[in-house]
Amino acid sequence: MTTTAAPVPGERTAEKNNPGAAPRRRRSGRLRKIGLPYLLLLPALLLELLVHLVPMIIGIVVSFRQLTQFYIRDWATAPWAGFDNYAVSIDFDAPVGEALVRSFLTTCLFTALSVGLCWFIGTAAAVFMQENFRGRGFLRTLFLVPYALPVYAAVITWAFMFQRDNGIINHVIHDQLGLTDSPPFWLIGDNAFVTLLVVSVWKGWPFAFLIMMAGLQNIPRDIYEAAALDGAGVWQQIRRITLPSLRPVNQVLVLVLFLWTFNDFNTPFVLFGKAAPESADLISLHIYQSSFQTWNFGTGSAMSVLLLLFLLVVTGLYLLFTSRGKKATDA
Amino acid sequence: MAPPQSFLWVRRIFLTLLTVFVVLPVFVMVTSSLKPLEDVSGKFQWIPSGLTISPYFDIWDTVPLADYFMNSLVVAGTATVCSVVIAVFAAYAVSRYNFRGKRVFTVTVLSTQMFPGILFLLPLFLIYVNIGNATGIALFGSRGGLILTYLTFSLPFSIWMLIGYFDSVPRDLDEAAKVDGCGPLGALFRVIVPAAIPGIVAVAVYAFMTAWGEVLFASVMTNDTTRTLAVGLQGYSTQNDVYWNQIMAASLVVSLPVVAGFLLLQRYLVTGLTAGAVK
Repeated sequence: MTTTAAPVPGERTAEKNNPGAAPRRRRSGRLRKIGLPYLLLLPALLLELLVHLVPMIIGIVVSFRQLTQFYIRDWATAPWAGFDNYAVSIDFDAPVGEALVRSFLTTCLFTALSVGLCWFIGTAAAVFMQENFRGRGFLRTLFLVPYALPVYAAVITWAFMFQRDNGIINHVIHDQLGLTDSPPFWLIGDNAFVTLLVVSVWKGWPFAFLIMMAGLQNIPRDIYEAAALDGAGVWQQIRRITLPSLRPVNQVLVLVLFLWTFNDFNTPFVLFGKAAPESADLISLHIYQSSFQTWNFGTGSAMSVLLLLFLLVVTGLYLLFTSRGKKATDA
Repeated sequence: MAPPQSFLWVRRIFLTLLTVFVVLPVFVMVTSSLKPLEDVSGKFQWIPSGLTISPYFDIWDTVPLADYFMNSLVVAGTATVCSVVIAVFAAYAVSRYNFRGKRVFTVTVLSTQMFPGILFLLPLFLIYVNIGNATGIALFGSRGGLILTYLTFSLPFSIWMLIGYFDSVPRDLDEAAKVDGCGPLGALFRVIVPAAIPGIVAVAVYAFMTAWGEVLFASVMTNDTTRTLAVGLQGYSTQNDVYWNQIMAASLVVSLPVVAGFLLLQRYLVTGLTAGAVK
C-alpha cells in the first residue's frame, strides 16, 4: 500500500502546475460523476427491460385478450376478453381449471420434497466434509459433477436408466433383486413422480452442498475448540454450533431452491417430452403445453400471471418472515 | 481430538451411498456409449457383450451434431462475453457510486431471478415474431434472438455476484489509481477488474453453463439451421429405433466442454459463490 500511495502527492502538484488542464478536467469530472453510473447501468437496464420487464407487461396485457393462433402476427388486434381467461383458469369444475389446480398441487408437493431432500443431502455432505480426510478434495470435485453437467445430457441419461425394458433401474430391482413381479413403468403413470423427484434431487443437491460449504468456511474454528474443551462431542457441536451458524445461509438457499424447483421446466420436459404424465405434470410444463399445444396464448398468459402472483406472495411472506426473525434474534 | 467411531461410520456410509448415487448416471453414460446397439436395446448389462467406439463416429451422421455444436458454441460464447462485460459495468456502478434509484435497480434486477421462464416465453415469442414482421430483423429462430435472451438470464446473478466481489476490493486501490491519473474506467480496468478476476471467471463459467444447458427457449425459438444441442440431442430417437448408445456418446461429447471447464475453474466458482452468496 505505501508504495502505491507514495508518488501521489507529487502527481498532484504536477497537475496543479499545469493551469490549462485542471479546470477542464474538473468540469468533465463533475459531469461524469452524475452521468457515469447511469451510463454504466444503461446496457444492463435496456436488456432487462427488453427481455424481462416488457414481456411481463405484454404477458399481463395478453392475459386479458382472446389470443389464438389467428392473431399471433398482430397480437394487439386480438379481441378483448376481460377476465374470461382467468375465469377459465380457476374454474375448478371445468377441465382446464381442474387440470391447472391438479398440476399446481403436484408442483407444491414435488417442490417441498425436492427442496427438503436437496437441502438435507447438501447440508449433511457439507457438514461431513468440513473436516479434512483422505480423498476429501476428490469427493468434493466429484460431487459437483451433477451441477456441471448440462441438464439435457444428465436428464436424458436418467430417462435411459428408467426405461422399462432396457434400463439399469429395472435390471437391478426386478432382474437382480427380484423386488417386483413384473418390471414397473417409471416414465408413465404414478411412478413418474418418483422418477422426477430422483432426477431433480440428483441435479439439485450439489448447489446446496456448494452454498453450505461456503457458509461453513465462515464459522470460526476456535468456537469448536472451546466447545470441545467444555466437553461437547462431535454430534453436539454439529447441533449446537454448525447448524445454528448456517441459518442465515439457509434462508437464502431455501428460497433459491424453492424458486428454481417450482419453476423447473427442463427436467420434466427432457424426461417426459411435451406432455408429462398426470402424476408429474409440473406447472411450467403444464402452462407450456396448454399454450403451445392449443395455441391459446390468452389462457396460458393468465395462468402465468396467476403463477407469478403466487410466487410474489410466497416470496414476500418468506422475506418478511425471515427478516422479522433476524431482527428478533438481533435484538 | 479424533471424532468418535459413530461419527466416522455414519460419515463413511453416507458418503459412500452419495457417491454411488452421483456416479451411477455417469457410469451408465460412459459404458453405454461404448456398447453396440443390440446391447443397449435389450436388457441392461453390467458387462457389455462387446466394446465398440463406433457410436462416437456415428453420432455426427445420425444428426448434424457438428452444426448443433457450432450453434451452441456461438450462442453460449457470445452470450457469455456480452453478459460478463455488461455485468462488470453495472456492478462497478452499484459498488462504487451512490446514485438515485440504486436500490430500485438492484431489487428489480434480483427479482427477475424469481420469475418463471414460462412467463417470458410467450410474450418474448410474440415480441420477436412481431419485430421480425415489422422490421425484417429475424430475432425469432435466429442465433441473435437466443443470444439476447440467454445473456439476460445470467445477468442478474452475475451483477449480484460481482457487486459482492467488487465491494471486497479495497476502495483505496481505485482511489490511488484515480489520483495517479486514471479515469473511472481506467480505475475499473486497471485495478478493479484484475483484482476481481476470480469473481469474473466464476461469473463467466456460470453464464456459459446457463446458456449451454438451456432447454425451454432453445426448443421454441430455434429452427432447423439454428438448433442448439439442447434440442438436437432429441434427434437420436426415431420412429423405429432409439439409438441409446449414440445418445449416451453424444451426451458425453456435449458435456465435456462444460464439465472440463467447470472442474478446471471450480475453485473460482466456489470462491465467487462464497463472496456473493454468504453476504
